[in-house]
Amino acid sequence: MREYDLIIVGGGPAGLAAAISAKKEGIHNLLILERDHELGGILNQCIHNGFGLHTFKEELTGPEYAYRFIEEAEKLEIPYKLNTMVLDISKEGKSKMVTAMNREDGLMFLKTKAVVLAMGCRERPRGALNIPGYRPAGIYTAGTAQRLVNMEGYMPGKEVVILGSGDIGLIMARRMTLEGAKVKVVAELLPYSGGLQRNIVQCLNDFGIPLKLSHTVVDIQGKERVTGITLAEVDENKKPIPGTEEFYSCDTLLLSCGLIPENELSGKMGVELSRVTSGPVVNESLETNVEGVFACGNVLHVHDLVDYVSEEAARAGSHAAEYIRSWDSIGKTEEEQTIRIQTEGGIRYSVPQIIRTEHMEENLTVRFRVGAVYRDAYVSVYCGDKRILHKKKRKLAPGEMEQVVLKKTDLTAEEGLDKIVMRVEEA
Amino acid sequence: MTEVKELTCISCPLGCSLTVTMEGKEVVKVEGNTCPKGKAYGEKEVTNPTRIVTSSVKVRGGILPVVSVKTASDIPKEKIAECSRALKGIQIDAPVKIGDTVLRNVGGTGVDMIATRNVRAKTS
Ligand SMILES: Cc1cc2nc3c(=O)[nH]c(=O)nc-3n(C[C@H](O)[C@H](O)[C@H](O)COP(=O)(O)OP(=O)(O)OC[C@H]3O[C@@H](n4cnc5c(N)ncnc54)[C@H](O)[C@@H]3O)c2cc1C
Ligand code: SF4
Repeated sequence: MREYDLIIVGGGPAGLAAAISAKKEGIHNLLILERDHELGGILNQCIHNGFGLHTFKEELTGPEYAYRFIEEAEKLEIPYKLNTMVLDISKEGKSKMVTAMNREDGLMFLKTKAVVLAMGCRERPRGALNIPGYRPAGIYTAGTAQRLVNMEGYMPGKEVVILGSGDIGLIMARRMTLEGAKVKVVAELLPYSGGLQRNIVQCLNDFGIPLKLSHTVVDIQGKERVTGITLAEVDENKKPIPGTEEFYSCDTLLLSCGLIPENELSGKMGVELSRVTSGPVVNESLETNVEGVFACGNVLHVHDLVDYVSEEAARAGSHAAEYIRSWDSIGKTEEEQTIRIQTEGGIRYSVPQIIRTEHMEENLTVRFRVGAVYRDAYVSVYCGDKRILHKKKRKLAPGEMEQVVLKKTDLTAEEGLDKIVMRVEEA
Repeated sequence: MTEVKELTCISCPLGCSLTVTMEGKEVVKVEGNTCPKGKAYGEKEVTNPTRIVTSSVKVRGGILPVVSVKTASDIPKEKIAECSRALKGIQIDAPVKIGDTVLRNVGGTGVDMIATRNVRAKTS
């Protein structure tokens, strides 16, 4: 049995950045396991531009962004195995045992000191959407359609209705229009879009595709293949309003209803998952409750910007390296000050959720999402009654991930602090 | 005549809300941008809007049937449809390398279409 210092599960942008940073910090005995036939993850099918503005100061397409990291990983001679599915991860004393499989090696049992989880996310299955009517052909998730059009060169249909205004749906509205399809409408159940504003501008407005907010599909026509759908407006309880029904003929319905982190492996291993993010609960080092198991990218929480994925993953890789370097002293834990970040008043979640001040650097970036749209509001952080942060934001929206930076000195000033509270405060 | 236009900057995914003030055909003020790119975008969007176009082109003999492509620089917004029609008819041979020119002067814009990924030739 081969023994490793670090195994990275998933070779998307998160896995690549984590591996690169760990390798640069001197961890040479590492391995990336990727189930697809190439590295790069979801970026390979995201052929539109808009990636990497923060990291490379230029606007790249998904495959180009991925290629920069793949090239760097190759240059650093980071070993990886493709077409390799990780089936299980379990604890073995201090170590972890990774069970994986591929055609050449068959079933493998790989022992490792640390693991970085970078499995990305998957789309919400359509069954969860509860649309009445038959299940005719012509219904796809937006991500499936993206893969078909961009990687297999296959157009799923000619007349399209899109349900859900997440980014993938918006991007596919433009993509299918350019490929000659007629995209009739994008319908969103909520009163606001879950997608980035820039995508509404350049994917819908540029092509005159209407976006109907507070609308949902109430009926799907067609037995063999979709022939049309009926949209209706919904009230504030998301119940369709009778009399507002409108029929659209179409042969294809795309569902763009959001992504959820892919955490079957993590859950089985005993990693604590957040009910809000569906991703692991992590500390300031992006380490889960299972020591030596780190998480980053979309498996941790769904990101809309790959730049943040890469930055977060590099931190996870570096913390994993630190963990491996301190291997011999692990287990002799001293009493640590642990602070929970409690989110309320409009803030849905934060990552990380836990801070151990002893392990904290001078500044810590905390990312979060809000549950509604706010204008000219403040994001505040409290230690008891004391407000340690009060930051004005021109606009906060559920579709856009936000961040604040906490100072170590603010957290260590208070003796015995075990909780800080984050909330949105309206002016 | 003063005219005020509300736009969303699409130069990066932050999507800042811009307010562009025009005096006739002249842009006199751009507000709301958080970086210089936003100012440039605001000025251009109300006078000469352009876009990068991304699409895909058929590949013969590759490990994938299509290769993703983009315009090497931005093209006028009204040329998008023409550009995408021009890509429909063509087919290129594997192997394709990232950065390869796939089509010159796409849709008469003076801009080339380039590949955004590698597609290896099928070994069979
Ligand atoms: C459709 C779409 C459009 C986007 N548009 C933009 C944009 O315009 N701009 C932007 O900045 N960002 C965008 N993003 C976001 C960004 O691309 C993602 O946040 C980023 O790709 C996430 O990286 P990741 O490595 O966490 O996950 P992924 O890229 O999903 O990679 C995860 C990898 O893990 C592998 N894996 C999973 N489970 C296993 C297993 N059990 N064993 C082995 N391997 C496994 C998968 O095969 C995959 O390769 C977009 C995302 C999507 C989905
Ligand atoms: S103004 Fe700058 S930061 Fe804001 S969206 Fe435009 S490019 Fe991005």
